[in-house]
Amino acid sequence: MRRVYLDHSATTPVDPEVASLMMTYYTEKYGNPSSIHSFGQEAREALEKAREQVAGFIGAQPAEITFTSGGTEADNLAILGAAEAYKDKGKHLITTAVEHHAILETFEFLAKNGYELTVLPVDEEGLLSVDGVQRAIRPDTILLSVMHANNEVGAIQPVAEIGRLAREKGVIFHVDAVQSLGKIPVNVNDLNVDMLTVSSHKIYGPKGVGALYVRKGIRLVPRVYGGGQEKKRRSGTENTPGIIGFGKACELAQARMADEAAKLTGLRDRLMDGILERIDFVKVNGPRGAKRLPNNVNVSVQYVEGESLLLSLDMVGIAASSGSACTSGSLDPSHVLLAMGMPHEIAHGSLRFSLGRQNTEEDVDYVLEQLPKIVERLRRMSPLFDQMQREAGAK
Amino acid sequence: MYTEKVMDHFTNPRNVGEIPDADGVGEVGNPKCGDIMRIYLDIEGDTIKDVKFKTFGCGAAVATSSMVTEMVKGKTITEALDISNAAVAEALGGLPPNKLHCSNLAADALHAAIKDYYDKQEKAKG
Repeated sequence: MRRVYLDHSATTPVDPEVASLMMTYYTEKYGNPSSIHSFGQEAREALEKAREQVAGFIGAQPAEITFTSGGTEADNLAILGAAEAYKDKGKHLITTAVEHHAILETFEFLAKNGYELTVLPVDEEGLLSVDGVQRAIRPDTILLSVMHANNEVGAIQPVAEIGRLAREKGVIFHVDAVQSLGKIPVNVNDLNVDMLTVSSHKIYGPKGVGALYVRKGIRLVPRVYGGGQEKKRRSGTENTPGIIGFGKACELAQARMADEAAKLTGLRDRLMDGILERIDFVKVNGPRGAKRLPNNVNVSVQYVEGESLLLSLDMVGIAASSGSACTSGSLDPSHVLLAMGMPHEIAHGSLRFSLGRQNTEEDVDYVLEQLPKIVERLRRMSPLFDQMQREAGAK
Repeated sequence: MYTEKVMDHFTNPRNVGEIPDADGVGEVGNPKCGDIMRIYLDIEGDTIKDVKFKTFGCGAAVATSSMVTEMVKGKTITEALDISNAAVAEALGGLPPNKLHCSNLAADALHAAIKDYYDKQEKAKG
């Protein structure tokens, strides 16, 4: 059976070039980078090269990069670390309703522990208003965190403008760029950020590796104590093979990004337009055009439920994801779709396809051939579809 | 995540559809929580002659609906009232823990249909 992977926002395969480079650092150059012997020093050298590669990709200085175990840890370090370091200046924090759980849950923890939290709403396309951010900033605001691009609906936030505003007001600005890195330009200077989170496994690097960019001069209290690695910001023996893989993945992504983004945008629009053409009662979630990530397609298929769609797609070899309650692990559908004002029943029928490096037009056309049949089968079973048709008939 | 039996009932659901002028119709769930099950019964004397369903929901919701129709066809009303949500899940070889509450309502839909049948009988007697 044909297998089509369209869940690259969940994770990507490791590039073979990255994997083979990593293997050397597991089996041959396995030294601890803190050791002074040659085994340690060859690992140290490769680790620092990776730091330069990651820094170079986002326009930072190598010394401003702290490696972590992934995006979640980098988000936690940024928020908890800055909140603690600047608590004497104020205790007000700002974020948005559509952030990743790694951000939201961390802020919620602080809100239960003596901080005050403002969660900004988004419009029906999932976009934040710069004016809204301006109004939310107070004299005691110390930290503002806004994602660069949304993982579910691909909405790209006006981060550079928000960053300018934050800088004017003296508020530390953190950006979660896990989904945008490698797809659209991410430059810490252009975006006016103070801290920025990136993750390796979303850009064809290994899982379990991420990094936090911290602009020189920003103070951060560590969350992990121990041997003082990563300039005391994050103790623990470095995941050398993983970090080196991440560095290589950044180098490859940097070289390929422009071509890849153009190709993915073409596939994205072919898939989105194709779905709208072939299936009735479908709604696009998130913005269209330049304000959307080049690889993200998110639609709500009305009168059917997301998990049923995913299971049916999986049976014909297509991997996608959904914001339905059944797939979110809670009783509510995706917090992102709800924040965009979508009714529960439509959010339950949401379907995300996230395209990647190996996808082809044939992959897209295979989805366009299979999905209408699946939707038709599920709608035949759906009492809601029934009801809608009956009501439409009565009119 | 799902047993083979669940996937079989999801892929090839039994008794999908509706019965025009059914003797009893039961519906449970709501679109907000992502599951709606509707069951139609054709009853002759004390026996469930035919049963159909329509379901909006996840894999477990579709499979439990399909399974309950299979379990109840040809049974008496008394036997049908004895079928519980847990028995439906068990007949499917079990459900993932998070599905036991939200999507395991097929027996409730069946019982609602039987109640509807009784209500209609009462009304007819006037």
